Amino acid sequence: MSVLVYAEHDNHTLKAETLKTVAAAQAIGGEITVLVAGFQCQEVAEQAAKVNGVSKVLVADNSVYEHQLAENVSLLVTELSSDFEHIIATALTTGKNFMPRVAALLDVAQISDIIGVESSDTFVRPIYAGNAIATVQSLDSKKVITVRATGFDAVATDGHAEIIALDTVTDAAISSHVSDELTISERPDLGAASVVISGGRGMQNGDNFKLLEGIADKLGAAIGASRAAVDAGFVPNDMQVGQTGKIVAPDLYIAVGISGAIQHLAGMKDSKVIVAINKDAEAPIFQVADYGIVADLFDALPELESKL
Amino acid sequence: MKILVPIKRVIDYNVKVRVKPDNSNVDLANVKMAINPFCEIAVEEAIRLKEAGVASEIVAVSIGDKACQEQLRTALALGADRAIQIETSESLDALNIAKLLQKIVEEEQPKLVILGKQSIDSDNNQTGQMLAALTNMPQGTFASVVKVDGDKVNVTREVDGGLQTVALNLPAIVTTDLRLNEPRYASLPNIMKAKRKPLSVKPASDFGIDLSPRSTLLKVTPPAERQAGIIVESIDELVEKLKNEAKVIS
Repeated sequence: MSVLVYAEHDNHTLKAETLKTVAAAQAIGGEITVLVAGFQCQEVAEQAAKVNGVSKVLVADNSVYEHQLAENVSLLVTELSSDFEHIIATALTTGKNFMPRVAALLDVAQISDIIGVESSDTFVRPIYAGNAIATVQSLDSKKVITVRATGFDAVATDGHAEIIALDTVTDAAISSHVSDELTISERPDLGAASVVISGGRGMQNGDNFKLLEGIADKLGAAIGASRAAVDAGFVPNDMQVGQTGKIVAPDLYIAVGISGAIQHLAGMKDSKVIVAINKDAEAPIFQVADYGIVADLFDALPELESKL
Repeated sequence: MKILVPIKRVIDYNVKVRVKPDNSNVDLANVKMAINPFCEIAVEEAIRLKEAGVASEIVAVSIGDKACQEQLRTALALGADRAIQIETSESLDALNIAKLLQKIVEEEQPKLVILGKQSIDSDNNQTGQMLAALTNMPQGTFASVVKVDGDKVNVTREVDGGLQTVALNLPAIVTTDLRLNEPRYASLPNIMKAKRKPLSVKPASDFGIDLSPRSTLLKVTPPAERQAGIIVESIDELVEKLKNEAKVIS
């Protein structure tokens, strides 16, 4: 058996989630090959070569892959697919975007967002926003799978895989990249941070998110938000934790002024330790929190910052 | 320009989901059903494009048993011009849904197909991308802005790091994210008018597609319950617990 893992990256850095996707590949079993598709992405290939359990790194380095457009990347992966029984990618923006295209081109189903591997053809995945967990057996000969990274532990990075340059260029020429509007942050990535502190509608406005920053600095935490806070315009969408935003599972998750709608819980309830700060003692967030404190966040946050 | 909007009938998002005691699936008996929220956003976007003079006709399509006509009528009440039901009593994989939609795309030749990015039941997030592959169209998934510009459409997408804008040759596929728009409510006169709008029914078996399932659902279980913890009285106590009990900060 052999598994192709699509590396999630930004042409410079391999996303930490890919280490967890490789763990899923190991659970499936077989030889693991990583594909790095990008432009001037040699650094990423070198990082991928160090990932434990990986035997080969294929690098498709061409301007047509610079923005990893689904139309172009899906053709590349489809072209490489004959050597692999499993094709897997992380369920992040890029993987979610192009993988179903690969599945359809190969005329197979896709199993999305797996959080567990029962065997090489049977997988566990959340449905109904995590309110039910399904065990699904694939009947296709080739399996196309996306992995929810929080379901797996990252593998180590002291390996030495062989790097092989590909000269395949697949340009569908039906789409083009116009612009990116990316949030630049000094803080760790939400998906990779071991501590996350999130604010909700209780923060009242975007300025008040500064109250979270001091605490985040002391804990090395990423800052997130509930959908209510994003919809109210307090903070940008890439900070959203929840079913339709980012799914996180840090060691410590601090929910501030977040009531705990199902949609938000779906994005963070696998965190190891959950702390809730909310002035409403009846808020549903307290039902999932390990430690709750019923307090006005405008008093609690400065005090917490001073005592860390 | 014609816009095709595929929609799905799903459990209402306010309903608490229960797993059947025999773990065979989720219990949908006597549960309130509704149009999938992301599909509703897709319908709304199509209507706005028509109101802006960009689109001339909106066709809604749904795949399912007779009950999904209710959601098609909702789309008609909101502003779709006509509807197509592809009738089947089976619950189909996303790939088979995409294959049926491909046939409708071939018949209708829309310039734009707008779908929800995922349904809130199976959470697959696949159909739009698969339809794009099968029809060899470009795709703008997780859209928060859609701007038609001549023979192209610019789609701003919600990506992990922020926003990305792509330009797609028409015809194209767009899948909606939450912040694309805020759907309207259907007015009573429009609900009445929708009853007279055309709705055609085509059996799924008429399309000559092998619709056999690609996977077997072995079991469905409730998620592990998280136990509620304790309420602490002070920030001092919280910090002490996090350091010494949970050991997540130092």
